Amino acid sequence: MIYEVFRQERKGQPFTHAGSVEAPNDEYADSYAREQFGRRGESVALWVVARSAVHEIDEFVDELEKNYHRVDGYPLKEKLKEARERAGTAAPADR
Amino acid sequence: MSERAQLLLPIADDELILGWRNSEWTGIAPFLEEDVAFSSIAQNEIGHARALYQLVADELGTTADELAFDRKPEEYRCSHFVELRLVPDWAKTIARHCLYEDADERRIKELMESDDAEVAGLAAKIDREEAYHRMHAKMWFDRLQDEPRFQEALEELRPLVDHREEHVPEFEQLWSEMTEVRRSVAGATW
Amino acid sequence: MEARDQEFLEYVQSGGQVETSDWMPDDYRAKLVKFIEMHGNSELMGVLPEREWILRAPTLQRKLALTAKVQDEVGHSQLIYRVVEDLGKPREQCLEDLISGKAKFHNVFHYPTKTWGDVGVIAWLVDAAAIISQKALLKCSYAPYARIMKKICWEESFHILHGRDVILTMMNGADAQRELVQEALDRWWGPLMQFHGNPIAKEEDPMFIWRIKSQGNGEARQQFLDGYVPQIWELGLTVPDPNLRKNDDGVWEFSEPDWDELKHVVTGHGPMTEERLGLRRTTRDETEWVRRAVLAQAA
Repeated sequence: MIYEVFRQERKGQPFTHAGSVEAPNDEYADSYAREQFGRRGESVALWVVARSAVHEIDEFVDELEKNYHRVDGYPLKEKLKEARERAGTAAPADR
Repeated sequence: MSERAQLLLPIADDELILGWRNSEWTGIAPFLEEDVAFSSIAQNEIGHARALYQLVADELGTTADELAFDRKPEEYRCSHFVELRLVPDWAKTIARHCLYEDADERRIKELMESDDAEVAGLAAKIDREEAYHRMHAKMWFDRLQDEPRFQEALEELRPLVDHREEHVPEFEQLWSEMTEVRRSVAGATW
Repeated sequence: MEARDQEFLEYVQSGGQVETSDWMPDDYRAKLVKFIEMHGNSELMGVLPEREWILRAPTLQRKLALTAKVQDEVGHSQLIYRVVEDLGKPREQCLEDLISGKAKFHNVFHYPTKTWGDVGVIAWLVDAAAIISQKALLKCSYAPYARIMKKICWEESFHILHGRDVILTMMNGADAQRELVQEALDRWWGPLMQFHGNPIAKEEDPMFIWRIKSQGNGEARQQFLDGYVPQIWELGLTVPDPNLRKNDDGVWEFSEPDWDELKHVVTGHGPMTEERLGLRRTTRDETEWVRRAVLAQAA
């Protein structure tokens, strides 16, 4: 069975994918993950997960242009200029 | 030689020679993941030997390396059982691993109770590393216990665990190999 | 070339990364598997010459460092074969092809190691030549391989330190030790110069075209010479090539490496090829029962 191994380099860091090991069960997988990805003290923690338990999603639907999810959905420059002029606080460059 | 040296040298010799024998599997173990794991165990054993030799060396005014390499074969106090060359027999290798870890656990626990603070302290450190060796041995024991060749290997090796009377014939060859480079240029630093 | 292949080519040539489940041209996949497999084979075969010296290491520190180095190489082959397996070729098949002589491994691992001098020279210079290629592979278009190269390069840096330490200790030691180093260097120089491969122009090298490699062979060799010849000379060691020199353009000139020897060796005729493959075959046969007991898939 293939097990995926995720490692955390230091406390506070995210767990990132380090590689995979082949093992007959969880016990062996833990032993092998520990040695392959931790023997030089390079990780403070590991997550060891059977590959069959990992579900990949690699397709995302965005058919109707959801610009409210993106920065370009919020055109502030013109509105800010108008608001400053109204309040009399426009900077010289704005006029 | 002090009582402490007499107590620690056989243990150091056991760890050195077993570690040396176990390192013979590095690169040719049954499969790659196990190769990596078993090599760590062998390295740890050598590391334990080094720490034990260091305690004795400080007392005798010598170095761990000199104790490890520069004695004559007949001066080593290891068990006959760790001297056996078992490659390429994995059943015997694991059988020895299980039997050794078992016997060694009792020995280390006793050392942890020692009045000698240095010895007790080192034993505690060694014990923490050995915990992983025991887990590994158990893992293999559970997996192989129904294999006839493994049962046979246990039966064959069990009586040899405490056999310390003399060295096996192949020990001389092992010592020769171990010390070959070191002896090639007398007194050199490597 | 078909349109889809062309699109893929442009994608990788502009720095695009490929993941395991992405579509890839058959030629790309085939070349990728062959290249990565050869790397895995090389790590696994590289273990054997050094393993002999684990058993003869002259101090406890050297014993530990060298065992750890060889262990790393086994670990590298594990990482690499996993990548190959995810591309569709099982590990057992790779090992079978290696042992039967069908698949290749790098030239340097076909040669004998005769003394402790070799141990130093290999860790210092052979690993240095390898790390130059490996650093270039950090940019491989195939992402899973590029990612494992990070760990591999990190661990190789320890190997070079160990190699330097072994060499410097000997160079500062007895005459007999200095002689060991020089003698080993004299024997290893030829294979080292052949290591990075024929001087094929990178534009004609399929590995570079597909951005599997990001560096040409000649470029890698120049980098090696630039980095390591000064290190060799500063210790008072000599390189057995009277034509070796750096010209005014900063380009290293050297005697043409023996390309016939390289071809002869990598096609399975090196001095130690048969013996080492034989050892792999024997130990694999003797431990077949273990893999069956442990790795065979549960029903």
